[in-house]
Amino acid sequence: MKTEKQYLFDNPKNIKRVLHGLYICCALLVVLDFVINRKVYHSWENLWAFYPIYGFVGCVVLVFVARWMRVLLMRDEDYYDPPESTEVSESSEGDKHVRD
Amino acid sequence: MFGTEMAPFVIFFVAALLAAVTHGWLRGAIMLAAPILGAINLWMTSEGSYWGVSLLDFELNILRVDRLAILFGYLFHLAAFIAIVYSLHLRDRMQQTASMLYAGSALGAVFAGDLLTLFVFWELLAITSVFLIWARRTTQSYHAGMRYLLFQVISGLLLLGGIIAYAHFSGSIVFDEIGLSGLHGWLIFIALGIKCGFPFLHNWLTDGYPEATPTGTVFLSAFTTKVAIYALARGYPGTELLVYIGAAMTCFPIFFAVIENDLRRVLAYSLINQLGFMVVGIGIGTALAINGAVAHAFNDVIFKGLLFMSMGAVLHVTGKINGSELGGLYKTMPKTTILCIIGAASISAFPLFSGFVSKSMIMSAALNNDHTWVWLMLLFASAGVFHHAGIKIPYFAFFAHDSGIRAKEPPLNMLLAMTIAATLCITIGIFPDLLYQLLPYDMDYNPYDATHVLAQTQLLFFSALAFVWLNLYKMYPPELKSVNLEVDWLYRRLIPRTLQRLADVKDVCVQQMSRVSARHLPQLTNYLSKYYAPQGILAKTSSTGTAVMWIMLMLLAYLLISLY
Repeated sequence: MKTEKQYLFDNPKNIKRVLHGLYICCALLVVLDFVINRKVYHSWENLWAFYPIYGFVGCVVLVFVARWMRVLLMRDEDYYDPPESTEVSESSEGDKHVRD
Repeated sequence: MFGTEMAPFVIFFVAALLAAVTHGWLRGAIMLAAPILGAINLWMTSEGSYWGVSLLDFELNILRVDRLAILFGYLFHLAAFIAIVYSLHLRDRMQQTASMLYAGSALGAVFAGDLLTLFVFWELLAITSVFLIWARRTTQSYHAGMRYLLFQVISGLLLLGGIIAYAHFSGSIVFDEIGLSGLHGWLIFIALGIKCGFPFLHNWLTDGYPEATPTGTVFLSAFTTKVAIYALARGYPGTELLVYIGAAMTCFPIFFAVIENDLRRVLAYSLINQLGFMVVGIGIGTALAINGAVAHAFNDVIFKGLLFMSMGAVLHVTGKINGSELGGLYKTMPKTTILCIIGAASISAFPLFSGFVSKSMIMSAALNNDHTWVWLMLLFASAGVFHHAGIKIPYFAFFAHDSGIRAKEPPLNMLLAMTIAATLCITIGIFPDLLYQLLPYDMDYNPYDATHVLAQTQLLFFSALAFVWLNLYKMYPPELKSVNLEVDWLYRRLIPRTLQRLADVKDVCVQQMSRVSARHLPQLTNYLSKYYAPQGILAKTSSTGTAVMWIMLMLLAYLLISLY
């Protein structure tokens, strides 16, 4: 399939564009923090860039903890179902459910 | 007594009956007519109690219509309509009948004015829904359905036990605020907790839902858990314990969602996460919080339905649902991709999408009531849900590495159902008042001020930045073929294995005993026969004279000792 159509993200330039768009938005949002005088419900919200930092650090912590959980909890796909029973199920899977 | 008012569940049950005996386009038309007629019927029914029946000493109230019930009533009609459109291509009598009965049972439960009627529909929900899992017709789905049913039946039994205790305690079975006092309060609380996916009781959901058919999961995601949320909102508003349970529910599933490979299971985890927000709102119990919880339930049915529909469409056309086997589908399924992204933006609570208003109501309520730590957990969960449901689902299914699959768009009815849901997501997001005037309490809350919008946008964009950063530096956990151990490990592995071990130990003991006895029994018989057989020394009989002689000798010895 050498002549396959080029899709939007087959061109690395387009991925770059999206990422740069994201970086610019992030920078703008931090700047807006100084411009907009927001109502504060809790004193922590007064900390410098509280929401951006919380969001970023929260997600990084989430992913690192999840990676660590994988070490502990990840098993083979057929851990509960021995291979012979999955074989049976595969053969009967597919579009069967759409038939009467 | 019976008036002209029609209970909504009757319409669905009749439609189910008709659907069972018809086929083809006629069945589709009957199924589509049910939610439309039902909604018109509900619109014409005014608030009040109807269909009162006396049973033994109790007054049953099969149709109670109030503001809370009406909102859930409309929601379920809408959800049923969307799900029916989504499943119009099906030619599966069992599945289509079961889905109508299931939607009807959910409506029966929310309009139940007494606990006994609630119990009946509670059990019907369990029995009708399991057929949507079994309709996949695989060995795995059969077993998953059995485990699912087990949890549902336990929930039903606890509810029945609680109702009996409650009737004994209060002499009435009217379904109103119950509260955590006494045995009855706890039994009913746990029964609702199972269907609501409380931590450690949640496994039926993440185990069962991904095993259902592509269309079945859309039905499943709408009804059971939302009936439980409704019941909690009615029976336990302002119960503080719910705040902490809910906060735990928002946080723990997101860790599992990040490492889960089956994308519909990722959505099942994020369903628990969203339920957590509602449970927190019910636990806080103020007008703002309850409104937030109910509104979030409404929105969740639509955006979670949309996400399940988009993943169901992927499963339907590719036959695959694992993140490790998908990718690059945007190339040939652009419409599904865009619809999925709208659902993802809504669940992530982007401003102008439906989740934003309801979620910020619950978060504001948490802050207003000094639940600072809970607020921080909810904030973390909001960032997390964007991470796993907002980005991971569309990214691994439609973008990421190109899997080489060039699947066509799903059938027209699937696209139409998704478009309806996506339109609702955006409409409610832009014009929140459409939904918010229906909420149980009147209130004045403006989510679209600069404070909320800026804070939420910052949180989300920087979560996205974290995803990009982790992905670029290869720190994001890749999608791998795997299962992750969970609470179900207890009853799928630990308990069966322990019982197996005990049985093995018993077998070994019995074998050992028979071996030892086989070796030592002849020796024992020899020994015994040597001394106790008729010719043995101990079996000999001696004469009385000998005995007298021995006694005499002993007495003599005694005399001699005493002399000295």
